Amino acid sequence: MARWTPSSSDKEEQSVFKHKQNRQRIVQALEEKRASTSNAVFVEHLTVQYVTSKETVAAVNDISFTLPKKRTLGVVGETGAGKTTAMLSLMNMVPDPPGRIVSGDIQVGGLDMRSLSPSELQCVRGQEIAMIFQDPMTSLNPVVTVGEQIAESVLLHQDISKQAAMVQAKAMLAKVGIDPDRAGEYPHQFSGGMRQRVGIAIALACKPSVLIADEPTSALDVTIQAQILHLMRELKEENGASMILITHDLGVVAELCDDVAVMYAGHIVEYGMLEEVFNHTRHPYTEGLFNSLPNIRNRVALLQPIPGLMPDPSKLPRGCAFAPRCSYATDACREQAPDVHHFSDTHTVACTAYRDASFAIKRRDIE
Amino acid sequence: MKKNQDAAISVKENRALEVWRQFRRNKGAMIGLALLIVLVLVAVFADVIWDYENDIIQMQIGNRLAPPSWEHPFGTDNYGRDMLARIGYGTRYSLLIGFVSVLIGTVIGVPIGAISGYVGGKVDNVIMRIVDTFTIIPSLLMTIILVSVLGTNLFNLMIALSISTIPVMTRITRASVMVVRNNDYIESARAIGAPTGLILLKHVLPNCFSPILVQATLRVGSSIISAAGLSYIGLGVPLPTPEWGALLSASKSFIIKAQHMCLFPGLAIMITVMVINLVGDGLRGALDPKLKR
Repeated sequence: MARWTPSSSDKEEQSVFKHKQNRQRIVQALEEKRASTSNAVFVEHLTVQYVTSKETVAAVNDISFTLPKKRTLGVVGETGAGKTTAMLSLMNMVPDPPGRIVSGDIQVGGLDMRSLSPSELQCVRGQEIAMIFQDPMTSLNPVVTVGEQIAESVLLHQDISKQAAMVQAKAMLAKVGIDPDRAGEYPHQFSGGMRQRVGIAIALACKPSVLIADEPTSALDVTIQAQILHLMRELKEENGASMILITHDLGVVAELCDDVAVMYAGHIVEYGMLEEVFNHTRHPYTEGLFNSLPNIRNRVALLQPIPGLMPDPSKLPRGCAFAPRCSYATDACREQAPDVHHFSDTHTVACTAYRDASFAIKRRDIE
Repeated sequence: MKKNQDAAISVKENRALEVWRQFRRNKGAMIGLALLIVLVLVAVFADVIWDYENDIIQMQIGNRLAPPSWEHPFGTDNYGRDMLARIGYGTRYSLLIGFVSVLIGTVIGVPIGAISGYVGGKVDNVIMRIVDTFTIIPSLLMTIILVSVLGTNLFNLMIALSISTIPVMTRITRASVMVVRNNDYIESARAIGAPTGLILLKHVLPNCFSPILVQATLRVGSSIISAAGLSYIGLGVPLPTPEWGALLSASKSFIIKAQHMCLFPGLAIMITVMVINLVGDGLRGALDPKLKR
């Protein structure tokens, strides 16, 4: 009994075959639709909601950003800020129902992701844009060998035999630092860090031009985190890919990213190059994030958390979503959506307080 | 682990070998497998071992209700026929009914359940309400109704039993698919661009395999018992076919005088059901990589 069910092998073979036949045609159609662009990812006015019979949750509200080729964008923010939803919509993979991309323009490598058919999407996913998942314990199929899982990705996007795909899978394993002879083993025979390496191997198997990493190191212990981050950067540079890194960890952002987007309650509140956001912080929320980090120079100092909690995304306030927690908030903040201020070509901040040209935030560790 | 040049093939070979190695470790399952092979051999070669006309059907009134002896290890029945021969020949019917009815029920029930569980929403609702109409009637009653409508013969009995198996398989598949489809690795498969059919076949169903297999083996046992029960009340395989339930049924008038007549068919049913459950349990352990120590 080499297979799980007697009939599955044939059907699987057939469906793969059909898939292959169609792919040539789909790839051509995709090339015709592709607009030439120098941006790996271009998102404008993206709004995503989760609609249930009880309530409508505004997970992502009118965000825009561009990711030039070969750069790394860090997306930071609290749990529930809409980071993962925003990135899932890049692959047009928001769970529907209840999720719905209400409006916006999403382009990946010049392809308008919202206008693609399901089979075209299948062709783009994995080939152009791939994802590394948060928890390596659950993101691998427990009953399929790791080699097969990597080879599957190759088989779906290239016209090669199963054997050749397996050879590529083994090469991929070697690249992420796992003995290729272990390709025939199952995920439970690997440790957490090694499973995340396998996850990276799956995502990079087809050399995608955009890589989304959804908190790739959150489930790993600290010593392994550094290894994994290093590996991701190395492979990303080798493939010339762009990367979007979702994380809570500002240290990871400082280490890996070129650009930073700070998200709060489904909005991008501050967006800019790493140096601008980290050293010339403008938004009170970003300031709060930095202030809540432990200070290495003053070890007895109390942590300064941002008071309060993120608002319920089904009942967002009329004005700035951060106003209830913001120490600089004025009536204008509570009444109307924040103004967007540009501090340089790349650095934008959504905060009404900057109407007053003399306004400046007070960051603890910079002083 | 053997190193093989041909990577893909070596993975498959290793898998089969690995499953067998795991299976062999389970003593109960190995005993079950050995007995099951014996039973299958008896069923396949029943025609060679016994002559249907002379050993199974022919009455020998002078020798009726003889207790077990060297000549007739299981004794004889009320027409003087050798019970061993009749029970041995009956293996054919019981195994055939048990396996075929569950096979049909699984082949129909599992895909329905998988689609229902994976697609969800309205499709799920419609399918499950239809399946529910089958489940609200107790399965034995359902079979009785079907057999009385279709007529009593072996084929109709199997059809009736498989129809009452379908809802069970559909429900168990749907329930496990609904659990599995929410796993991250399903999302991960979508993220590499796998089409829905492939996700269902390669990622969802294999992970639902253990509950489906366990349910199927349990159903083989209960189908054999149901068939025996139906034959007992005269709705199964018509006489004088030596189906085990029919043998039991024939013994009921002689239970005081000749206990061997009901003892041996009863034992045969019990052992067969137990053997199949043992093998099923062993298979589940061997096929599920998560259960490996």
